[in-house]
Amino acid sequence: MSTVLILADFAGEKATKATVEIATAGAVIGEVTALVLAPVGKGAAYAASITQGPVTKVLVIESDDFTKHGVAACADALAHVIGQTTPSAVLVVSNAFGKEVAGRVAMKLKIGIITDAVDIASDCTATQLVFGGSTTVHSKVAEGTGIITVRPNTITANFAAATPLIENITAPISDSSKKATITSSQPPVKGGRPELTEANIVVSGGRGTNGDFASVEAFADSLGAAVGASRAATDAGWYPHSHQVGQTGKTVSPQLYVACGISGAIQHRAGMQTSKNIVVVNKDPEAPLFELADFGVVGDLFAVLPPATEGVKALKA
Amino acid sequence: MVFTRTFNWPFGLLASNLGHMKIAVCIKQVPDSWAEKKMVGGLLDRANVDAVLNDLDEYAVEEALRIAEAHGGNEEGGANTVTVISMGPERATEAVRKALSMGANDAILISDAVLVGADAVVTAEVLANVISKGEYDLVICGTESTDARMSVVPAMMSEKLGCAQLTFASKVTVDPGAKKVSITRVTEAGVDEVHGEFPCVISVVEKINEPRYPSFKGIMAAKKKTIDIRDFASTGAEFTKSWSAVIDAAPRPPRATGVVVTDDGSAGQKLVDFLSEKKLI
Repeated sequence: MSTVLILADFAGEKATKATVEIATAGAVIGEVTALVLAPVGKGAAYAASITQGPVTKVLVIESDDFTKHGVAACADALAHVIGQTTPSAVLVVSNAFGKEVAGRVAMKLKIGIITDAVDIASDCTATQLVFGGSTTVHSKVAEGTGIITVRPNTITANFAAATPLIENITAPISDSSKKATITSSQPPVKGGRPELTEANIVVSGGRGTNGDFASVEAFADSLGAAVGASRAATDAGWYPHSHQVGQTGKTVSPQLYVACGISGAIQHRAGMQTSKNIVVVNKDPEAPLFELADFGVVGDLFAVLPPATEGVKALKA
Repeated sequence: MVFTRTFNWPFGLLASNLGHMKIAVCIKQVPDSWAEKKMVGGLLDRANVDAVLNDLDEYAVEEALRIAEAHGGNEEGGANTVTVISMGPERATEAVRKALSMGANDAILISDAVLVGADAVVTAEVLANVISKGEYDLVICGTESTDARMSVVPAMMSEKLGCAQLTFASKVTVDPGAKKVSITRVTEAGVDEVHGEFPCVISVVEKINEPRYPSFKGIMAAKKKTIDIRDFASTGAEFTKSWSAVIDAAPRPPRATGVVVTDDGSAGQKLVDFLSEKKLI
């Protein structure tokens, strides 16, 4: 049976939901082996956090080079394991770190790379949604093992309990991969809300907020949602640029996307139109985003959101 | 699977040893990010759409100019040079010219029919070869192009060049005397302080700076600047074969039309009812 190698993704010492998602995607192709790259002394804890998903084996490599030299050192280790195990495919989570590791591995081994897959078939054909989700593309690597990065929140994860075999191995890290040195790392500021790209619900504000995001945030909090913003809102300095959804910001595909006071230029649609359900609140009945709306409200967000927030709270109470 | 050698840059020949910095900025011409994009024959239709300098590369050009200006300038008689490097059709000279009008000194455009449809591996291979020959101290890129949105070429070039990868920088500090670079890396995983030495590949995030508008003087000066157009063979890159290919592409079907209500005071509750019906709460 063919095997699939996944690079396990962690937040702190815990495997993320995205790890379960890529394991689920990989299981369609073959037996899934997860590679865990951990600092010295942490391998067992990292591996033990892989408790869900169709993972049959976990390979653990411990090295402080992973935290000290980041992407380049991790790419060396992953490339080494690919060389040793020749899997049918290699799956990595599509975040900045995962994409860069995949890029270096593709360059090192001269293998094909496909980024931001939203689905993978048993013959390793990847489905991508490009140009802001307006076009569906099927891609495949030309020959041999390919490395595919999978966009978080697009694969329905199989959370079945996992009891994988755990094996400790080693991998050489080259000197040229130690040329960038990380001297300090701060985890992302959570602020109590979920991460934008991983959230099941995103509530975004645009020009129509006039800089007042309080109603948008209150509605988001009632739903346990992440808060996003249009480029107009971040350009105006109303909301941090790290929350920008769109062509030059984050791409999100949550179960529910609520756009408040956002007209819906292509720039913004590119980042959100693959959302499963879209709600639009805008004063302007001509706002182009209404074309994408499953439910639209022509109205002032400051009049619509507060009663909606109370309604959600009442329903959840 | 073939392991190919990485380049070892001859340190004795680095421009910085001669008292100035050679900075390369990698840019791409892309379809206007406000325009509708279409696939034709498995490739992006680049001919029938307005083409512009990739938004995110403007930050790279600006950062390169600011680094040069902070350490002796790059105007005539200045200590540093900023060279724009791009790969694309001859039409990409338009985007290159924009970067030159912002203040870059000169440019190299690799343009060859064999490179049409090149994937990221080929792109990084070609650019890395040109950069290696040019012996640049700093290579500065945007984090991604707004068309392919892969975000992998800077990391790939760093791998090929065997030099430090300093990517997703929201702040770049350069010490030309000590040949050291420090960046603040900002990603979903948090904020890291990362350090490396010349030569290195840097990518800068959107909003690291406020890119300048080309001045009239800059636009006039850019017309006289050299764009060295090179073919694939001159780069010495080892291959043109792409390792990944599109099988098919199709526009997604339009979304089914939804319900739109006009707020009469009850729309907030109607919204909650919709979410409840769809089991989204």
